[in-house]
Amino acid sequence: MIYGGILAGGKGTRMGRTEMPKQFLNLGNRPMIIHTIEQFLISNKIDKVIVATNENWRSYTEDIINKYYPENDKIVIINGGTTRNETIANICDFAEKNSPGEENVVVTHDAVRPFITQRIINDNIDAILEEGIDAVDTVMPAFDTIVEAKEGEIISNIPIRDYMYQGQTPQTFRTNEFIENYNSLTEDEKGILSDAIKIYVLKNKKAKIVRGETFNMKVTTMYDLKLANAIVNMQGEDKND
Amino acid sequence: MINQVVKLVAPRRMELFFKEESIDDECVVVRPKYLSICAADQRYYTGNRAKEVLDKKLPLALIHEAVGEVLFDKKGEFKSGDRVVMIPNTPLENDNIIKENYLRSSKFRSSSSDGFLQNLVLMRRDRIIKIGDIDFEISALLEPISVCVNAIEEFLKSAHERRDVIGVWGCGSIGYLTTLLLKKYLPESKIIIFGTNEEKMNYFSFADEQLMTNSVPENLKVDHAFECVGGPKSEIAIKQIIDHINPQGTISLLGVSENPISIETRMVLEKGIKLIGDSRSGYDDFYKAVEFMQDKKMQDYVENIVVDVVEVNSINDIYKAFDSDLNNNFKTVMKWEL
Repeated sequence: MIYGGILAGGKGTRMGRTEMPKQFLNLGNRPMIIHTIEQFLISNKIDKVIVATNENWRSYTEDIINKYYPENDKIVIINGGTTRNETIANICDFAEKNSPGEENVVVTHDAVRPFITQRIINDNIDAILEEGIDAVDTVMPAFDTIVEAKEGEIISNIPIRDYMYQGQTPQTFRTNEFIENYNSLTEDEKGILSDAIKIYVLKNKKAKIVRGETFNMKVTTMYDLKLANAIVNMQGEDKND
Repeated sequence: MINQVVKLVAPRRMELFFKEESIDDECVVVRPKYLSICAADQRYYTGNRAKEVLDKKLPLALIHEAVGEVLFDKKGEFKSGDRVVMIPNTPLENDNIIKENYLRSSKFRSSSSDGFLQNLVLMRRDRIIKIGDIDFEISALLEPISVCVNAIEEFLKSAHERRDVIGVWGCGSIGYLTTLLLKKYLPESKIIIFGTNEEKMNYFSFADEQLMTNSVPENLKVDHAFECVGGPKSEIAIKQIIDHINPQGTISLLGVSENPISIETRMVLEKGIKLIGDSRSGYDDFYKAVEFMQDKKMQDYVENIVVDVVEVNSINDIYKAFDSDLNNNFKTVMKWEL
């Protein structure tokens, strides 16, 4: 089965004074998370959408999803973990229990990237189903030069920009393999690894990149949210609709 | 859901817009797959519309000829993966006499509402029709086929019964499809295509006769005629039709002219000619177009005028498709991968 995994574990601590996690704030007239879930819900390649949310916000998440999609059996809500990768592991566990023995693939995506498109979802699924591919990452070529300063003061390296990409989501892999790889990490490693695909790179697995979109941005700050709302409201089509 | 819509903001300049959409029970989410370019789109794209029109209508998403794949239907009437043609005309009222495509209140995509250059289109469920076994790429031309169906159906309703010889003026895509359908509707009639471009005329293998407009025998007569020329040249075509049509013949006008053209009404009166204006099409015309196109032979003929298929991954690819269409004899189809 092919699962969508919506990562909605954020607690909203980075969002200025807003106490509500950012995925629940409105983009246009609806909560951002609803926009994100809908793209996975309408995809004809995704069989089930697993929404992993922070335990404290679980009831809230259930309420808003029920408000827009009452009794929809394509969406399930589960508890996230304390870290991003633990949340992904919970999603993978659910998938493995839900369809045991099958080849299960999960397309994981940040709830706070509501501009996701069908093309990106489809490209992720097509790539993971290619022979020999263990994981798929969505990226954009780096437009700015990346500067590395390991100690935070003196530049230690400036990598060649042509080889540099900026990571977005979705990130896609087989659920049993993710669990296997994740469980093989030490507790220290688990603590440091903030990116799921990095696990695959460390384990010398083959992770493929697919093209994202500049607008597939992560809405993390109040500034991002203002920008996202401005983009959505900038229509110029009222004359014709 | 946040949708991406590509709109023309100025001649030869398109931009991506983001639109919040809410999926309700009455709409079906369709992902466009193949879209073809119409001369009307080209007039906007190249800026060949009056400035007041462009000022009023832009930004506007172009394209009203498209087929797509159903992604989602809350009611489940359409299945995910169903291939459908999208009807660009959206009637906002019911009328038992006047056809939906002539109602002044109707919205038409890529003219009075956004066209199909969108990542996802939320279609009213009575505005999509399953296309069955028609080749997906060729089915992008179902809209112009339905326009010809509308014209022929209207013709059959009002033209007198002597239909021995019918002339079609104009050897472009609409002339081609009209001639093809006339052979289907009226297999006993002699259908003559009148054109100016020999290369294009060669495509009309199914017509009973091909005639260059500058070498039409003086005594040649047609019972009825279809004008599929459009633009300023339609004036000359209509003049020639009036010269060669038998009394009480019907002229179906399909060619759009941006500026008014003159018609010799004296001869229209003397011959008792009937003029029918034909524009766009409605649900029933699409339904018939889909039925006609189930025939593999029809598909083969239609395929011959799909000159180019351009895969669209970016706005630049859309420009390429429009430029390709401007520079070929018939139609360019876009394969939508945006």
